[in-house]
Amino acid sequence: MSTKKYITIDGNEAVAYVAYRCNEVMGIYPITPSSNMGEWCDQWASEGVKNLWGTIPSVVEMQSEGGAAGTVHGALQTGALTCTFTAAQGLLLKIPNMFKIAGELTPTVFHISARTLATHALSIFGDHSDVMSARSTGFAMLSSASVQEAMDFALISQAATLESRVPFLHYFDGFRTSHEASKIELVTEEIMRGMIDEDLVVAHRQRAMNPDKPVLRGTAQNPDVFFQARESCNPFYDKCAAITQKAMDQFAKLTGRQYHLFQYVGAPDAERVVVLMGSGCEAAHEAVEFLNAQGAKVGVLKVRLFRPFCPKSLIEALPATVKSLAVLDRTKEPGALGEPLYLDVVAGLTEALASGYGKLKAMPKILCGRYGLSSKEFTPAMVKAVFDNLAAAKPKNHFTVGINDDVTNSSLPFDPEFSTESDKVVRALFYGLGSDGTVGANKNSIKIIGENTDNYAQGYFVYDSKKAGAVTVSHLRFGPSPIRSTYLISKANFVACHQPVFLERYDMLAPLVAGGTFLLNTANNKDEVWKKLPRNMQEQIIKKKVKFYVIDAISVARATGMGGRINTVMQTCFFALSGVLPREKAIEQIKYAIKKTYGKKGEDVVQKNIAAVDQTLANLFEVTVPAQVTSTIEMPSPFTANAPESVRKTLGVIYGNMGETLPVSAFAPDGTFPTATAQYEKRNLALEIPVWDEKTCIQCAKCVVICPHATIRMKVYDPKCLEGAPATFKSTDARAPEWKGMKWTLQVAAEDCTGCELCVDVCPAKNKAEAKLRAINMKPQAPLRLTERENWNFFLNIPELDRRKVKVTQLRQQQVMQPLFEFSGACAGCGETPYIKLLTQLFGDRAVIGNATGCSSIYGANLPTTPYAVNAQGRGPTWNNSLFEDNAEFGLGFRVSIDKQKEFACELLKRLVGVLGDDLVGGLINANQTDEAGIYAQRERIAALKQKLAGNTSSEAKMLLGVADSLARRSVWILGGDGWAYDIGYGGLDHVLASGRDVNLLVMDTEVYSNTGGQMSKSTPRGAVAKFAAGGKPLGKKDLGLIAMAYGSVYVASVAMGAKDDQTLKAFNEAESYPGPSLIIAYSHCIAHGIDVEHGVGAKQQKLAVESGQWLLYRYDPRRAAAGENPLQLDSAAAKSKVQDYLLSENRFKMLTKSKPEDAKRFFEQAQKDAEARWQLYSYMAARKPAGEAPKPAPAA
Amino acid sequence: MDLTTKYLGMTLRNPLIVSASPLSEDVANIKKMEDAGAAAVVLHSLFEEQLVKESAELEEALVHGAESFGEATSYFPRASEYKLGPEEYLAHIASAKKAVDIPVIASLNGSSVGGWTDYARQIQQAGANALELNIYYVPTDMQLAGGAVEQTYVDILKAVRAAVTIPVAVKLSPFFSNMANMAKRFDDAGANALVLFNRFYQPDIDLEELEVKPDILLSTPFAMRLPLTWVAILHGRVKADLAATSGIHSSDDVLKMLMAGANATMLCSALLRYGIDRLRVIEKGMCEWMEKHEYDSVKQMQGSLSQIKCANPAAFERSQYMRALAGYKLA
Repeated sequence: MSTKKYITIDGNEAVAYVAYRCNEVMGIYPITPSSNMGEWCDQWASEGVKNLWGTIPSVVEMQSEGGAAGTVHGALQTGALTCTFTAAQGLLLKIPNMFKIAGELTPTVFHISARTLATHALSIFGDHSDVMSARSTGFAMLSSASVQEAMDFALISQAATLESRVPFLHYFDGFRTSHEASKIELVTEEIMRGMIDEDLVVAHRQRAMNPDKPVLRGTAQNPDVFFQARESCNPFYDKCAAITQKAMDQFAKLTGRQYHLFQYVGAPDAERVVVLMGSGCEAAHEAVEFLNAQGAKVGVLKVRLFRPFCPKSLIEALPATVKSLAVLDRTKEPGALGEPLYLDVVAGLTEALASGYGKLKAMPKILCGRYGLSSKEFTPAMVKAVFDNLAAAKPKNHFTVGINDDVTNSSLPFDPEFSTESDKVVRALFYGLGSDGTVGANKNSIKIIGENTDNYAQGYFVYDSKKAGAVTVSHLRFGPSPIRSTYLISKANFVACHQPVFLERYDMLAPLVAGGTFLLNTANNKDEVWKKLPRNMQEQIIKKKVKFYVIDAISVARATGMGGRINTVMQTCFFALSGVLPREKAIEQIKYAIKKTYGKKGEDVVQKNIAAVDQTLANLFEVTVPAQVTSTIEMPSPFTANAPESVRKTLGVIYGNMGETLPVSAFAPDGTFPTATAQYEKRNLALEIPVWDEKTCIQCAKCVVICPHATIRMKVYDPKCLEGAPATFKSTDARAPEWKGMKWTLQVAAEDCTGCELCVDVCPAKNKAEAKLRAINMKPQAPLRLTERENWNFFLNIPELDRRKVKVTQLRQQQVMQPLFEFSGACAGCGETPYIKLLTQLFGDRAVIGNATGCSSIYGANLPTTPYAVNAQGRGPTWNNSLFEDNAEFGLGFRVSIDKQKEFACELLKRLVGVLGDDLVGGLINANQTDEAGIYAQRERIAALKQKLAGNTSSEAKMLLGVADSLARRSVWILGGDGWAYDIGYGGLDHVLASGRDVNLLVMDTEVYSNTGGQMSKSTPRGAVAKFAAGGKPLGKKDLGLIAMAYGSVYVASVAMGAKDDQTLKAFNEAESYPGPSLIIAYSHCIAHGIDVEHGVGAKQQKLAVESGQWLLYRYDPRRAAAGENPLQLDSAAAKSKVQDYLLSENRFKMLTKSKPEDAKRFFEQAQKDAEARWQLYSYMAARKPAGEAPKPAPAA
Repeated sequence: MDLTTKYLGMTLRNPLIVSASPLSEDVANIKKMEDAGAAAVVLHSLFEEQLVKESAELEEALVHGAESFGEATSYFPRASEYKLGPEEYLAHIASAKKAVDIPVIASLNGSSVGGWTDYARQIQQAGANALELNIYYVPTDMQLAGGAVEQTYVDILKAVRAAVTIPVAVKLSPFFSNMANMAKRFDDAGANALVLFNRFYQPDIDLEELEVKPDILLSTPFAMRLPLTWVAILHGRVKADLAATSGIHSSDDVLKMLMAGANATMLCSALLRYGIDRLRVIEKGMCEWMEKHEYDSVKQMQGSLSQIKCANPAAFERSQYMRALAGYKLA
């Protein structure tokens, strides 16, 4: 056996580590939670890391998982050792190829971080619904339950596939295993060599397509032979289970870790056994050991090889004493007799018993249940509930566990206080902000403890679904034995609060055990902090005899040059207080880790971190806890008081971090939610907010249009509206001549603002006496919070200006329109959301939006609240997300459907003309709805129509009522990012552009896959560093606009609001009014550009991009061609600066000058040439004289 | 005709050195300079603050937004190695050395002891013939006494001097209470040359945007008066060589500086304005003048009109200034 080497690693890296070394080609595409596997491989390849055979694997990022599967299939067929990684919908896209790959008996392993499939909602979290959808493909399916197993099985599956020729799906639970950091034994290259039979590798090559000895596969077969030919693979499947066991046995010889196809743990004379697979096995294992130690006779059967399902191995693994089984599935198949594992176990045991295998004498009682969908917690308490159910006189079958199903009463009750946590395990919880580096520091701590002590270590991180002000909760365990607790910590002996704002937001001490330690980062000193705590917290500190420590980490961080990053300071405190390592050794190790982590980023960074460590201990104080509760501070209600009861009872509970308590009945069964709910959560994220100086303001509205969160707004109103205004409410005379005599106010939603400063940055008005001041200036939020809350509420109650009176073509007027997209969870300073907000101002009251999966679907619709809002009439955007890849088609479906209904409505109107009258029918059918007045009039007619139809019981009247609303013009918007438009959804987008239908496609182009963490797309510009382009993207950006213009019948605009907002406004108005397909490509600065988006630089970057010629502004309107004009209007001027000036202002480019300076120089020079060539082409096209008649959009069907 | 001169212990083929400027960022330009007659080139400066800033920026970019959101635990690939130190600059020295035969003088720009000694050592290892320290510091702290500022300058020089064996020149600011005393202190601290003077880039105001804007103005011939004065005063009084810089645009300017006592003259704005070939024009002009006025060598004229050798040494001092004012007539 080789010498054992331990590492601390997460599941994704562990799997990638093995896969990379055992393969030559990886075809990949990012999807959560599997993206990191591909990213690791790409990174290693760019660093020149070699595989087992001394060559650097080729890592190819494709346009979709479907594309990746095709590439993998091709690489396999031509003989390369090839693998891939994916999850969820990604796996679904690979299924067609998987049938082919398996049908051709091609050895490969697909590594899957199993994730929930989108149904009534999308979820990025873990369950087995994706892998279970692939169970008919012919792939073998091997399930690992922990980080260690994920690494081990990655190798076992590789060995087994080579020998069996059956391709393998190796899966492990998304997030719970893929993202859990754990101390495990490394599978060394030596072990890998001991597992991979090189003769089998050669055999794989020999089967490859080779023109020197040509073969043909992929034939088309007919009824005469297909069936027989299909059955010819049976022997391979018959042997596959045994081959897998053989690989497991060989692995055991090399490592001492013995696995079985079905692995039983528990009492040898157990009567009750749970059967499951995935990470839940670990929690069940822990529960079984605990219960048996208390005298129970229970066991757990861990299913490793789910396909090919081996009944003999199943029954042989079970003790003869088993009387009842509970088969638990982490998936749901509505309408099925039971979930897949259950069905296979029932059928398997039936067959095995009939064949006389195993020790069981009779068929045990078999129940089934579902657990853990979408990473729902699965704890030993739930395992116990399952065992209790098995023992019940009238047990529930087809049960659920972990939720409260009050609709069909399927759920098993469980005792949340039941705990199997060992006293020997240090259990620590850390509440931090994403931006303060808490998670990074904790990952570092796990490595320090894992690699420097005999302790085992586990870290699991709960991230936020909001991007601005994201909160993280880290769950860390350290202990002398391997840690099987695959669930969150509910009984902690150390709790750290890294941000004082959480005191009033989370009940952080609820999980703290008696005598535990609480560490608080606060600006208050040890003598003053007590009175600042909420009452509930004081009570718990006294009652639980909590050891309470404080540190002013911000001051320490600032004093040592760390700025706002308190991670090192808080990490040092943890080591000082937790006693996991002797203090001196801990400090030494932290410093060593700092050098290792930051060394490559420069000496200065290292020194600052080390200074922070040294300063921490002198500033860490224990608080003497008073005997009495003195606080009157209560935890505020999560939603504002004006939230409707129904919203408060569900979404409010989720927002208050109590979503776990909601029963099944709290939810609409079809995934429907109300919009306009983001207004009820007041996140108070901004430390500083913009404050209006009405005397300096020129009322240009630039701040209003650029605000990503709709928290700075303007209103124009009758002076009478000021009656009863709060004392600090500001108002001034409206400047526009059309608004003479009216009042004008710019108001900030202080509690919704994220403090991004974009508004201040774009403000062109400067204070004449002090030029650093503008018409809006950042000031601390806290002292303004209450007055501005009152002002905001007053402002909201001022009536909106009649939309018919707004000149929508002039920004300073148009921006008075109410945004129907507000307070989203997007990053502070987001470059995408201003475009969405603009479209909702202009067309939101009649917009139907289809949104591709990505950032915009997450900040647009991640529970609990939605930013899409409604106006006073209750109208607003209606929104849905289908998939990532099909969004254009989804939106086209809206259009076709709405047009059909309108057409039908017109037909019915004609049929009912006798009842309705000529005027109304003619008015409705021939309505001119090209402006707000026309739309308003049509809505009035529809109201009249409905009134006339009321009480009419004829079939026609009933049908007309159902489609009457479609007579008002609907605005169909198809939203997504460049990952969708340029890559995965491009085929559909192209088809929709060619359809001629009246849809509007808005591509928020961040030039990278932003939502999944910055992977290269075809929009990524030359020289940018991105994941899968670690060495800078060598090729230029795809010109999507030019491709679309080639049709001649598509309205195309390229915009950058930060560079020219009025051009953006023109483009939106023109696109929407164009009666065919319109494509707006909108430059969207992004956190993934390596710019300080949270401090207002975004608009400046857009300007730089345009001024350097890197980004062109133009509008291509086919209507102009029809009018004899050149359809292309170039809206940006010739470059004023060099492209390099722009490139060097963004770290995505600049970092290449630090990692590969010569490549950077070459790419940057080429980027300049690209820009010049682009300018030459576009200026030529814009200057051309139009010739002939332009193509017209296809008439709507 | 002998145009050679000695500067920093090296014999230069003429007194024309190209001073630190963006032109030297490109090795092809350095080659052109050599071809056009430059006797040596001072490379563009390695900025201490820039290295520190870039390192901090990269760190920020790599961690910004990371570990916040479940789908994007980072936004950039983790590069195994970043060249955040002076690697690029060092490589540039090496390639410049390879490309030309004239001496290559590296330039270090900063304001604290900081990483100077490390960088200086690496610059020497990279093959630079000499090092020019450009100590650029605009003190605005009202609590900071002039003596402390002066001491910082001297400390930096001493630290660097101790770290390298190649010649070290100091490019100076003229803003000292007693320039002569400072020159002596640098001389005592081991400076091999004093480069007079650094030009401080003072910002401008944009009336339209109401912004203060950095705006680099190229020097005008008038700017040479200040270095001319101090070269003349210091010539013969310090061991260090003297290089004159600022406002040297023509052969006449070069000749004047040599006569004031400069070992070498440095050109920058003239080349930025007229191109690298300006060197040929200047050299040719020098030769013509020297021929016409029957000078055999540069050495002959060096310092001939310095304060200690000129007929009216008071011209370089205040008494002369009084007289000059009194004699000034409005046009």
